[in-house]
This record gives sequence, structure tokens and C-alpha cells, in this order.
Amino acid sequence: MTPERPPLPVIIAAAVAIAFFLIPIAGLIARAPWATAVEELTRPEALAALRVSFVVSVASTILAVFFGVPLAWLYARVAFPGRDVVRALTTLPMILPPVVGGVALLFAFGRAGLIGPVLDGLFGIRLSFTTLAAVLAAFFVSAPFLVLTVEAGLRSMDRRFEEAARTLGAGRWLVFRDVTLPLIGPSLFAGAVLAWARGLGEFGATITFAGNLPGVTQTLPLAVLVALESRPEVALMLSLLLLAISAVVLVALRDRYLRLA
Amino acid sequence: MLHAEVGLQLGTLALDATLDAKAGEIVVLLGPNGAGKTTLLRAIAGLTPLARGEVTLDGAVLDDVARGVHVPAERRPIGVVFQEYLLFPHQTVAENVGFGLRARGVDRVHARARALEWLDRFELAAYADARPRSLSGGQAQRVALARALAYTPRLLLLDEPLAALDASARGEVRRDLKRHLASFDGIRVLITHDPLEAIALADRLVILEEGRVVQTGTPSDVTQRPRTRYVADLVGVNLFRGRAKAGLISLESGSTLQSAEELDGDVFALIHPRAVALHRHRPEGSPRNVWRGRTRSLDLQGDRVRVAVDGELAIVAEVTPAAIRDLALAQGGEVWVSVKATEISVYHA
Repeated sequence: MTPERPPLPVIIAAAVAIAFFLIPIAGLIARAPWATAVEELTRPEALAALRVSFVVSVASTILAVFFGVPLAWLYARVAFPGRDVVRALTTLPMILPPVVGGVALLFAFGRAGLIGPVLDGLFGIRLSFTTLAAVLAAFFVSAPFLVLTVEAGLRSMDRRFEEAARTLGAGRWLVFRDVTLPLIGPSLFAGAVLAWARGLGEFGATITFAGNLPGVTQTLPLAVLVALESRPEVALMLSLLLLAISAVVLVALRDRYLRLA
Repeated sequence: MLHAEVGLQLGTLALDATLDAKAGEIVVLLGPNGAGKTTLLRAIAGLTPLARGEVTLDGAVLDDVARGVHVPAERRPIGVVFQEYLLFPHQTVAENVGFGLRARGVDRVHARARALEWLDRFELAAYADARPRSLSGGQAQRVALARALAYTPRLLLLDEPLAALDASARGEVRRDLKRHLASFDGIRVLITHDPLEAIALADRLVILEEGRVVQTGTPSDVTQRPRTRYVADLVGVNLFRGRAKAGLISLESGSTLQSAEELDGDVFALIHPRAVALHRHRPEGSPRNVWRGRTRSLDLQGDRVRVAVDGELAIVAEVTPAAIRDLALAQGGEVWVSVKATEISVYHA
């Protein structure tokens, strides 16, 4: 059987689209200062941004797993009143312009915010313009990815395995730890990687809520923007680094995104 | 000793059934799909809540709706072999078998040692560190059985233990299952929709239809004296119900049957298909029950042909292929039916 020959307009449109995605990537690679690559990446401002980004993205992923898994479990298993509304609200940060999230965080936890002064008064905690603020900004925008992925995993798993475990004498916690969690393992991994990648790329909410303090809240994306003005070579190399990380994430989740059906 | 009175509503199923089982006995719950067998099993295991009724096991109250007692599934001394076995795919075979021990606080080393003993007994020692997905259906069933028995429950529940198997493997696995079930001296309740499996495994049969127990007894009781159309169909006999007086049975359909048995009152009349004679013309002589009908279907089974005849009384006859030829029987053809009075067995409804 000869394959169907695609219509010419389709080929042209597809070729334009592919070029549009590939040319910027090719540009990054072509313009990168390969000769001084290591030097550019080990400059103090680049190293500081790498460190901040690492701490912020890992910490926000840990928070996302710690709070997101119970939340996903609640969404998947308990039909509490108003569940759909609450779920929609906690999903909102996925599609909200991040800068809006930053403003919202600022007016909640900031110095003049809703509960910022309470935190300050009771515990002496001042969030704005700290690394913790950058972590919270990343958590705010990235946790919904984990919650939705884990919830989908919980909904699609065969709950009869949990019942089998109960008849074998396992209480709720044991069932969750030894049966549910391993069975949703792939979803949890995918959700955590997605949340981590989203947290790593976070820009708008971070700069609004946490600011742009080198070594404290200046993450890789923020450092790229700053470096673009002063040292484009650093910006290029940091961008390439982020590109490489994204490619690795895509490969890690290939079953989810690179294959159909 | 298990005593379960289970009342609950689940979708369109209204379950209202009582089940009793003694230690040492294999009770098989037989019924068509959707009769509520699995739901009854789940209720006994504590997985589906009762709306009314009670469950007691060896004197311990596991459920008593009136008194608000409900022992959760994980604290019942009940082992369950689920349909499709539900072996944990992320654990090895030995971990699966040891799961119940671990859940009840046995440490890893001892749980594994005891799991290996069980696997040895079930001829599965070589698969201890394999994943369940590498097992055949029969092996998976034995692992599921070992897993359910490892903590020595007092009651073993098996939900369609052979349904997940290929027809070719079923006979052998059934013999193994019977042997392994015999080695457990607690109470055993097994559910199936397969009459052959039920008769092969049961000490006592409980027939469940539309959420209700319609008959209980030994396999031979039940097959010789079926009390519902479902059981009669499984056994392959004709069953009628009516009122008998001095040998004359008035059926619900309005027609009558003459039997040789003197039993009055509400009765079942059972006629084996082999006792039903077919003729081209109205038969002469002694038969008391004669009527005319039309053949609805012809069905070759082994060396016999089952002929379903519609008429005053719809009945199934079993004749030889030669007889079909002699009678020139065809679907929709006219035929005379006769049954001797002595061939009708009658018992109280």
C-alpha cells in the first residue's frame, strides 16, 4: 500500500511551524560562545543563580509532593461539598499569568499584605524578598501540575488492589504506603518532574513577590534577563543550560509526551 | 461457623440473603451473573457496608447493623481470593504472600521465611522472587490462595477462582484447587457462575438468584430436585410448578400433567428430557400425557439431539440423531409429544 500523499498546503504550513520552533533553538546553539562556555557558566553571578535555582526548585518540589499528594488524594477519593470549585481554584495558577500570582502572593504574605503582618507579629517571619519567598512563588505556580497528575493517577488505578490489601490486614496508612503509592509511582514521578521543571522556569511570580536579589532570590531565568543587558554570553549559556534541562525532562517523561496512545 | 444475614441495596440489586457455613465444609455460592454473589462476599469480608443484618464468625460479631457494630475489613480473620487474583504487581511473589504477615506486624525476615514455606507447599518455591506478571493463570491463582491463607484466617472466601483462566487450563487448576482447599480446615465459601465447577467443588450448594437464596443442599439434592428454572436449565431438565391432587398436577399455564406419584399440594414436576418421547402421529397406547407441538430448535449435544418443542406445554426432549431422521423433524415442524406418568418425578415446592 502506498502512503497517502499529503496535500501541498499542509506540507507548507507544517514546514513553517517546524521552522518557527527550530530556528530559535538553532540560533541559541549557533550564537553560544562555546570557546568560553565553562568560563561564562562559572562566573559568580551565574553560579549564584544556579545555586538559588537549585535550592528553590528542589524545595518547591518537595513542598509540592508533601502537600500536593494529600490534596490529590482528597480530590480523587473524597466527594466533599464544593470540591469542584476548590479544585478549580487550586488549579488556577497553572493558567494564571505568573505576575498576577506574584502580586496576589505579595498582597497575602507581603509586608502590607493580608497575613504578612500577622506572620511578622506572631513569629517574626518576613517573607518578601527572601529565598523562602522565591520557593513559595515557585510552589504556587508548580504544585497544580503535581496535584493534577497525581489525582489522575489515583483515579485511574485499580482500587481493588487496596481492598485486597485491607483483607490482608493492612490499615489505611499501610494500604497507602505499600499499595497506593507504589501503584501511582509513575504518576507521582511525572508530576514531580513537571512541577520541578515549571518551578525552575518560574519568572513572573518570583520577580514580583520575591524580587531579584542576586544570591538570594535571583533564579536562572531572572539572571538571564539581567545578563542579557550586561553580558549576553552569560545569558546565552544559561539559556542553553535551561534548554538542555528541558530536553532531559522531555525525555524522562517521553511516555507521557513523545508517544501517542 | 459463619452466619451472615445480609441486606443491602446496590444499584438495581436488592440483596437479602442468609448464608451459613461450618468449619470443614466447602460452600459454593452459585448463581447467574448479577445475582449478587460478589456483593454478598464483599459484605462478609467487610468491604461493602450492610444496610441491615449481621455477620458473625465463630461467635465473634463482625457486623450488626442494629447495634451499630462494624469490624473493618483489615481486622477480620478472613482471607479473600479475588477474581483476577489482584496480586500486587510491584511486589515479588514472596512479598505478596508475606504481605498479610507484614501488615500484622511480623518482621521482614520471618514473613519471608513463612511465605517461602507456603510457596513450597504450593509448588511455587522457584517463583519466590518473580513478579506476578510472569506467572501463568494457574500459578497466579495458587499465589493468591497462599497469600490469603498465609495468616491462617478462619474463613476463606474465593470469588470466581477459575474464571480468569483459559478453558484448557481450568480442569487441571480445578483439581489443584480442590486439593489445596482440602488442606485448609477453616470455613470455605467459594462463588461461581459455572455449575460444573460448583458441583466439582461443593460440599453444599447455595443458589443465589436476584439477591435471594432460592435453594441450598448437597450438589446431588440440588441437581435432582431443582427448585427454580435457573437450576433446572443448568442441569438440563424440564421443571414445572403446579398444584397436585391425586396424581393430577394443574400447572400455572392452565394445562395438566398426570403423574404416578400420590403427592398433593404445591409441587414441582421434573421431567428428564430423555423421558420425553416424540412422534410423527398421535401415539397409541398407554402414555397419559400427550400433546401436539412445534419444534422450536434442534441442538446437537454429544451423541444426542436436544429438541425444544413449543406447544400446550413447552418442553425439551433429548433424542438420537437417528430418531430425528425417522421423524423427519425440522425446525418449525409439527410433532407429537408424550411423557409417561411414571417418568415424572414430583416433590413439594
